[in-house]
Amino acid sequence: MENAQAYLFYVFAALAVICAIMVVANPFSRSPVTSAMFLVLTMGCLAGLFTLLHAFFLAAVQILVYAGAVMVLFLFVIMLLDLKEEQRRQVKSLSLVAGLVSVGAILAIFVRSLIATKPGEGALANVEGSTSKLGKLLFTQYLLPFEIVSVLLLVAMVGVVLLSKKDLK
Amino acid sequence: MVESLDQLFVNLKHWALGFLPEALQPLVSAVLSIVPLVAVFGGLFAIVTIFERKGLGRIQNRYGPNRVGIPFTDIRLAGFGQFIPDGIKALIKEDVVPRAADKVVHFLAPVVLLIPVLLTYAVLPIGRNMTVVDFDAGVLFFFSVGAAVEISVFMAGWSSRNKYSLLGAMRGIAQMISYEIPLILSAVTVIMLVGSLKTSDIVAAQAGFTAGLPNWFVLTPWGFAGFVMFLIAALAESNRAPFDLPEAESELIAGYFTEYSGFKFALFFLGEYLGMFAIIGLGITLFLGGWHAPFPFLTWVPSYVWFMTKLLAIVFFFIWVRGTLPRLRMDQLMSFAWKFMIPMALINLVVAAVWHFMAGTGAARWVVCALLIAGPYVLLGRGLMENKHLGKRTYRFAD
Repeated sequence: MENAQAYLFYVFAALAVICAIMVVANPFSRSPVTSAMFLVLTMGCLAGLFTLLHAFFLAAVQILVYAGAVMVLFLFVIMLLDLKEEQRRQVKSLSLVAGLVSVGAILAIFVRSLIATKPGEGALANVEGSTSKLGKLLFTQYLLPFEIVSVLLLVAMVGVVLLSKKDLK
Repeated sequence: MVESLDQLFVNLKHWALGFLPEALQPLVSAVLSIVPLVAVFGGLFAIVTIFERKGLGRIQNRYGPNRVGIPFTDIRLAGFGQFIPDGIKALIKEDVVPRAADKVVHFLAPVVLLIPVLLTYAVLPIGRNMTVVDFDAGVLFFFSVGAAVEISVFMAGWSSRNKYSLLGAMRGIAQMISYEIPLILSAVTVIMLVGSLKTSDIVAAQAGFTAGLPNWFVLTPWGFAGFVMFLIAALAESNRAPFDLPEAESELIAGYFTEYSGFKFALFFLGEYLGMFAIIGLGITLFLGGWHAPFPFLTWVPSYVWFMTKLLAIVFFFIWVRGTLPRLRMDQLMSFAWKFMIPMALINLVVAAVWHFMAGTGAARWVVCALLIAGPYVLLGRGLMENKHLGKRTYRFAD
């Protein structure tokens, strides 16, 4: 049983990476819809990884929010704008530098946290993915980040309402 | 005796498993849970299509299918054999794929519809001890898997390269996203009061009787409002009349599956019906007491019979609504969801919280909660109708 879980981890991890590469660099199709579909598959694989960690709540939320809501909105925009196949563009040096810097920064954070944690003792080892424990942690220990994210979402929502209004009074 | 009849299928499965070696048991156990479920609900789909056509026929003053019975015999079964030729027809029809279509996505769309819909059955408690997987985030799993239906609708509509398909898909997705919010919000009230996302816990919380009436959530003020909203949103989620705009025949031919024929069309048809049964099953679990009997003297009837009876009753209600109400307009549909359903669902959440904190006050909490729902309902309805000057409707009959 332990072995099967290890194999499943590798399967999901490999699939997630492959699908993520296919989102941005698909050799067969330049259609934005294909990219969006692969992004859905990536989200599905991530949910699989959460399930392997016994975080069923997180897995379900991952699918509900990302594959369900966010991706459907992406697809809706694609459908409304009727995007054609993307042309291969010359990469500008400025955007190349900006991209490399941001990827490097994220990579550095990941590597640092990977080195800092010893295997088997994560920061949240006591959560066990149970829904009520996760909820309690979110509303006690991590209340401030949680509220900041909520306010961020509210600001985005107000912004959208403001932008979509035709005549401001 | 009563006990054994209730647990007949559970015991049958354990008995069959006893013959197998230990290593095979988990796998065969899963298969033995899944296969009967798919078979029963697949069979229910076949019968409900006939039931629906006959019911609509009655409502519209005609007969409906009444000829076909068992093939190669003279037995007619009042037309209930109709699904056999329908199925054969779907299987042997030519599978036409438009030349401009995105072939892979076009092929995958019905599969992407059917698999998540079948997965949702995993968490439905269809009887005592009869849940396939009873895990921690059951209700959330149901909704998250159901979200894949929208992706399937998009895939079907976009890959067909047909304006009607695309328009149907756009309407379908807009409608499903809008009505998913009141659907989930009305389910959240139950989750809040039970304190668990597990479907078996929710059913267990509705066990027992008070004063001859069952402890179902539908018999509380917030539960009743929640159940009505859940049913309306479920109608919209399963694309059924009066919310069948995505496949409005008179405007869009068949909506997002216009370009599907033969067996793929049948798969869409099957997926829609199975999705409807699943969402009704969830409604029964959340508000109608799951597999519990409605009266104390009827508890001897097996639990799965109660689940199926409630399911069929609501399916009949859906058919009745389809035969009675005309289709809504797109803007009416959207404003109903965003201006009425979502505010009411949010108010209902507050009412459920009030109900929880007024426990032990007897009749007072009934009055307060009922007023808290009825007041906003009247005010919101009046407010939305304020600028519309609807005259008295007059009818003109042919002389």
